[in-house]
Amino acid sequence: MISALPPGLVLVFGALLIPAARGHARAALVLGLPVLTLFLIWQVPDGVVLSLPFLDYQLEPVRGSALGRLFATVFAIMAFAGNLFALRQARLTELVAASIYAGTAISVTFAGDLITLFVFWELMALSSALVLWTAGTHKSYRASMRYLVIHLLGGVLLMIGIAGHISETGSVAFEAMQPDSLARWLILIGFLVNVGAPPLSAWIPDAYPEASPGGTVFLSAFTTKVAVYTLLQGFAGVGVLVVAGVFMIFYGIIYALMENDMRRILAYSIVSQAGFMVAGVGLGTAMALNGVAAHAFVSVIYTALLFMSAGSVLHMTGKRKCTDLGGLFQSMPVTTICGIIGALSISSFPFTSGFISKTMISQAAANEHLAALWFLLAAAGAGTFLYAGIKFPWFVFFHRDSGLRPSDPPRNMRLAMYLFAFLSIGLGVYPQLLYAILPYPVDYDPYTITHVVSKLQLLLFAGLAFFVLLPQMKCTLTISLDFDWFYRRAGSRIAATITDWAGNMQASLEAVLRARLNRLINGLSRHYRPQGILARGWPTGSMVLWVAVLLGVYLVVYYL
Amino acid sequence: MDKKQHWLVRPHNIKRLWIAFIVILVLMVIPGLFLRPHAYFGLDGSFGFFAWYGFAACAAIVIIARLLGFFLKRGDTYYHND
Repeated sequence: MISALPPGLVLVFGALLIPAARGHARAALVLGLPVLTLFLIWQVPDGVVLSLPFLDYQLEPVRGSALGRLFATVFAIMAFAGNLFALRQARLTELVAASIYAGTAISVTFAGDLITLFVFWELMALSSALVLWTAGTHKSYRASMRYLVIHLLGGVLLMIGIAGHISETGSVAFEAMQPDSLARWLILIGFLVNVGAPPLSAWIPDAYPEASPGGTVFLSAFTTKVAVYTLLQGFAGVGVLVVAGVFMIFYGIIYALMENDMRRILAYSIVSQAGFMVAGVGLGTAMALNGVAAHAFVSVIYTALLFMSAGSVLHMTGKRKCTDLGGLFQSMPVTTICGIIGALSISSFPFTSGFISKTMISQAAANEHLAALWFLLAAAGAGTFLYAGIKFPWFVFFHRDSGLRPSDPPRNMRLAMYLFAFLSIGLGVYPQLLYAILPYPVDYDPYTITHVVSKLQLLLFAGLAFFVLLPQMKCTLTISLDFDWFYRRAGSRIAATITDWAGNMQASLEAVLRARLNRLINGLSRHYRPQGILARGWPTGSMVLWVAVLLGVYLVVYYL
Repeated sequence: MDKKQHWLVRPHNIKRLWIAFIVILVLMVIPGLFLRPHAYFGLDGSFGFFAWYGFAACAAIVIIARLLGFFLKRGDTYYHND
């Protein structure tokens, strides 16, 4: 009975009770709900446990699977830590929206059919936009509108694809498929929009950094990783994903290197890390898919940890640009150390969580003898250390002394960082915990001497490159143009041009019409005005004359 | 003055950190003399492959980012009236 409870919905409806609770009861509810959800996630056995008739279809809102359970687990852990981080600082609306967001994300991982998946997919877009809104700034409002437009576009494409797929196959089940028809291409594109694939990757660095310090932590975790889950479940082994993934990896690295805003640097890292996962999904071997699942799991944790560290800095200083920050390690030791642990994890430094997952994807490329992909992934590993492993902590916490001496953030924020720093190292040191719940049996040992030594060589020499090339990497007071330029600038310029053109057209058309109308009125008035030829009074005699003329003409015509 | 500074930012300590870093780098390359890692593609079995490749990859990425920056960077008030 308890296994048929949709775990995600427990979190969604539980979140609606949060406003009713006060003080400690609220804290207990906010932190207890994710724990209850995690418990329920593990009560769901494999296979369909809840099935509902809807129209002519059989929906499967709760279908257990190893892959879904893995993602749901990390989402529940994330909801707990995120709530802990935001507990005392976030607005009530944000806490509620974030829990609904987490609940809908978990619901997608249990969706056995495409209709259920679509419903929660859209609810996720709405609740995440609500999280953005609660930041309460004009910038965040504008960013959330652009965010919604992109996601509703993705949602529409997904819906068209799902409708086409159902009419083609007659089945609503969410199964592995191939992009072999327009409908399934549209489903794939809908998923790719959410994972941050090109050309629309810019929505991530555009929107996420505008949320509140806690809001960004939630946003960083769910949408992109849910999309990774749906790609894993639906499109494993689709070759084009390898290309898209590699593009995302280097797009993220290069834009992050040009970036000045610390949370935008981290937002680019989300795209870059999702690129590793998308490429792994495209590879499609058991080793690659395991690597992707493991990497998604640990990346939720270390990305959130990085955003918590950056969020703490923002919360305590109110500043977010590298050019304004620096030297904070002296007064914010906890934030610094947790930020460094997150930075090492994202760089897959040995004995951190990134090392045990990302290396599986590289190994899968090597096993398949894909030389180009393997060399690119290795270069990306070094590049990741450059922008996230060193650039982020260096410019925020070290570099020059900005003179700022903020203290570490309040206790609940520190506790959340401790928890995720502990998990980032714990999973790195003891990977068997994670390997045990991966979808396929794991035949991989990350801790061989050659693995560790080669990784350390790669990363430490990347570190050397950073400090040698430091003058080339100075943060500047700039932003970098991205694809969002097309809908923020080009689009509005085109719209302005069209408005101008249409305005001019209207004016000249109006002038022409007015001239014609004037001519018409003048003509009419010439004939019909009181002294006009058709309006003046006619003498009776002239009328009789004209009648006589007419009759005469008639007579002539008759005799002809 | 020196007393008030954190030990990490004192110039002579920064020099020591550099020396320690270089020692670690050298230590990292030495195992390559004894280990013969399984090379999948040939090039990756060369001596110190990950060391020079990591450095070269980063240099390339930094140069690309720098060059792209000339075309893509704008003042950070570019979108301010959005």
